[in-house]
Amino acid sequence: MLLIDCPYCGAREEHEFHYGGQAHIIRPEDPDQIDDKDWATYLYFRKNTLGLQAERWQHNFGCGQWFNALRCTQTHEFKAVYKMGEAAPEGIK
Amino acid sequence: MQKYSFFKLLQHSLSHHKNWQAAWRNPAPAAEYDVVIVGGGGHGLASAYYLAKVHGVKRIAVIEKGWLGGGNTGRNTTVIRSNYLRDDSARLYEHSLKLWEGLSQELNYNVMFSQRGLINLAHSHHEMSTLLQRHYAMIENGIESEVLNMQQLQKWLPNANLTGSARYPVTGGIVQRRGGTARHDAVAWGYARGADALGVDIIQQCEVQDLIVTNNEIKGVETTKGTIRADKVLLCAAGHSGHLTKMAGLDLPMVSVPLQALVSEPMKPCMNTIINDSTVHAYISQSDKGELVIGASNDQYLSYSQRGSWEVNEETLQAILELYPVFSRVKMMRHWAGIVDITPDRSPLMGLTDVKGLYLDGGWGTGGFKATPGAGHLMADTVANDKANPLVKPFGLDRFTSGRLVDEGAASGVH
Repeated sequence: MLLIDCPYCGAREEHEFHYGGQAHIIRPEDPDQIDDKDWATYLYFRKNTLGLQAERWQHNFGCGQWFNALRCTQTHEFKAVYKMGEAAPEGIK
Repeated sequence: MQKYSFFKLLQHSLSHHKNWQAAWRNPAPAAEYDVVIVGGGGHGLASAYYLAKVHGVKRIAVIEKGWLGGGNTGRNTTVIRSNYLRDDSARLYEHSLKLWEGLSQELNYNVMFSQRGLINLAHSHHEMSTLLQRHYAMIENGIESEVLNMQQLQKWLPNANLTGSARYPVTGGIVQRRGGTARHDAVAWGYARGADALGVDIIQQCEVQDLIVTNNEIKGVETTKGTIRADKVLLCAAGHSGHLTKMAGLDLPMVSVPLQALVSEPMKPCMNTIINDSTVHAYISQSDKGELVIGASNDQYLSYSQRGSWEVNEETLQAILELYPVFSRVKMMRHWAGIVDITPDRSPLMGLTDVKGLYLDGGWGTGGFKATPGAGHLMADTVANDKANPLVKPFGLDRFTSGRLVDEGAASGVH
């Protein structure tokens, strides 16, 4: 069971949260102007990082807010949490 | 290779079974091979076996970073079935099921394949409609399936609570009688022994650290035991496929998550079939040793850690107790996780990649074990001819660009 630090509510148990996958994926500005391959990359292809990953979480059985986290996918350790719209903190390994 | 037989067993019993030949060699890697297969699980070993046997490829190496069958081959819940909805999947999994039916004879190794039937249960009219859609699709594809009413279910599952007192009462089900289980270790060992006898080098404790790619062509792999050159490399690394393809600059449409499983203490026989129940999420059978083998859900987040997960297991056991209140005092003995590679449409990623000579057999998600012989057989054909086998073709990476997905979200059985 993970203990996740919601930036709004503080530390809560894992099953209050919903996982939202890789963070900072930007929807193409003008989908009509890009080819099928780039659209497929946006829709389906993921980094699937082994190590430190920026990812989205939602505290859906708490405050309901979405936020970002830097988490190690090998140890499950949360290194940082930060709000939507903010850039990932730098210098964390 | 020493053939196993009743006569041999008798003969070796005279010398107290001390003189059996080792099942496979343990060679040092050569500098160059025709085909290098990354991943010594069922899929990798089966691919090596069929490449050597059917296609006569002489120099093949299987590279495994741990031990044979120590990944998802040794971590799954050994269910074998071909009850899929789409035509492409039905052909693929049925091809595999047919190979399972002759596998022990083919390999001269008892994989303990037991066709005890697999039942899918429904808890509502709507779920039954979905099962019936699959049932009729299977029949259209030439795969037998039967609908079970409550009286028939009672005969199949005498210990289950089918009285209607459950929170989500069972309303019916379908059965694939040819579905079953096999001993997972034996599958890896049987293929390893068969492949080794055909000259395949199986190299364990050897991790691939980089893929050597020049001018978009694969030239070999860098490993912890040195450089191994090869013009063809097949990746059979399940959850670690994406990690490997990244070494060649390719991202994959998959995420790796831990899939949880657990077994109980051994008991006397009390369940002679396999149950797959999507609504409450119970996936359960009893092994020949007597343990209840339980497939739980996956954790929701990306992970490469093969750790058990308490709350996922708790949820699954709650569901099983709804269906089987008689198991309420059974103790659980072991639990673990395997890293499964889940694709957006729950179908595998097979075939050629954008790098010449680099082939992929991954994305099997929660259901790769059942496909072991089929995937090995078809990937061997694909690698030998450098062309996707017709059964493999629909599962290429290009389907995400063309939009021709093979959606098996319902038939994957785990969610």
